[in-house]
Amino acid sequence: MLDQLSLLSFASGGWGSALLAGALVTIALALSCLPIGLPLGLAVAVAARSKNRWLRAWATTFSTVFRGLPELLTLLIIYYGCQIAAQKILAMMGYDAQVTINTFVAAMVAFSLVFAAFSSEIWLGAFKTIPKGQFEAASALGLSKFTTFRKVVLPQLARIALPGLSNNWLSLLKDTSLVSTISLVDLMRQTNLAVSVTKEPMLFYTVACLGYLFFSAISGRLFAFLERYFSRHQRSAQP
Amino acid sequence: MSLAELQNMFLNPDLLERYGPRFIDGLLVTGKLVAISFTLGALLGLLIALGRLSSNRFLRSFTGAYVYFFRGSPLLAQLFLLYYGLGSFKGFWQDVGLWWFFRDAWFCTLLAFTLNTAAYQAEILRGSILSVAQGQREACKALNLSRWTAFRKIILPQSLLVAIGPLGNELILMIKASAIASLVTIYDLMGVTKMAFSRSFDFQVYLWAAVLYLLIVEVVRRSLKLIEGRLGRHLQ
Repeated sequence: MLDQLSLLSFASGGWGSALLAGALVTIALALSCLPIGLPLGLAVAVAARSKNRWLRAWATTFSTVFRGLPELLTLLIIYYGCQIAAQKILAMMGYDAQVTINTFVAAMVAFSLVFAAFSSEIWLGAFKTIPKGQFEAASALGLSKFTTFRKVVLPQLARIALPGLSNNWLSLLKDTSLVSTISLVDLMRQTNLAVSVTKEPMLFYTVACLGYLFFSAISGRLFAFLERYFSRHQRSAQP
Repeated sequence: MSLAELQNMFLNPDLLERYGPRFIDGLLVTGKLVAISFTLGALLGLLIALGRLSSNRFLRSFTGAYVYFFRGSPLLAQLFLLYYGLGSFKGFWQDVGLWWFFRDAWFCTLLAFTLNTAAYQAEILRGSILSVAQGQREACKALNLSRWTAFRKIILPQSLLVAIGPLGNELILMIKASAIASLVTIYDLMGVTKMAFSRSFDFQVYLWAAVLYLLIVEVVRRSLKLIEGRLGRHLQ
């Protein structure tokens, strides 16, 4: 038991620091999907509500495709597809070179698209709960469309969409374990390496599961705080 | 670009002839995997949901921990934990006569998928059971129905009506998650695709797989909508 624990230590011969580095990559990857995924999801939701038929069709196709494809397949298609496309384009221009795309960037793009597709549905649902009167009142006050969206609609949307987005974030966090298949060294990959060296699969995979559980638990706390923050105007006065 | 060239790019006849039948096989494996694990998961999930709602504190905390663990960690890690982790106790499994089960990637995948989906389905079922109005339970008591009859005839039918939508979503998530099975040497649709790509280096096989997955998910989604409308027809 004790020598098993020493495998997890941070000293030499222990895998502690390697696992921690992998965990940081996992978190960094998941977080870096948010700046693209959230706005893109919102844009897709706005496009799905627009009057333009083409924009609507485009938004529906986007969300159907990326919600319907397995995340593993999306990842591989983006990873290999971008490489092959880049090679073809370079070959057309006369260069004949092997192109390798950074795995982190490929994973970031793939998971951002998936996250955008799923969160667009959440945003759409949130849009439906905003009463028409809000838009009419904003128009009566002479607010521009953009100001209406930014000052009136978005703050309400954020509160309503938060629980759904929290679910999406948790599944994104778990899906990032798939990047171990394109050999980006995240928590899962680092665990696989540790297992292949130490032959202790039970210990290391349990640790990996607990690591993801820990991240989920922290995210849960964070979202509970955010929900309280965004609905602070709705709280009744303390007696 | 001529039409033939375009066809070669997306639906190469030679490639289709060579790998087409395997894709069908892969499709069947995916279907079998999802069907078995989803059904077993539903049964186990119902038991866990009842455990979470029971008045026994030990049962409640155990099932709560189960659901928390399986919903909080990735399916990939759970699959590896079961397949490689439990598979490492070879001597023990041989002693109890279960080695044939844990040696086989297929059984381990089924087990991992069943345990995983059971946790998600338990939460769906728990919510739907709680959504049945309290008056229904009181009415059952007033009619002197036994607890089992009340559950089977009154509570379950009403809660399933609420649960069918989320359960359908879970089925679709399961179909998508089943692609992970390809990582432990199962030749499901994804496994076949990866094999075809590694032999032919033709990117179009991935696009075929994408179209096939989209097709399955869309068909399942549409038929679930029909079923939902049919089951809820007395409510319209």
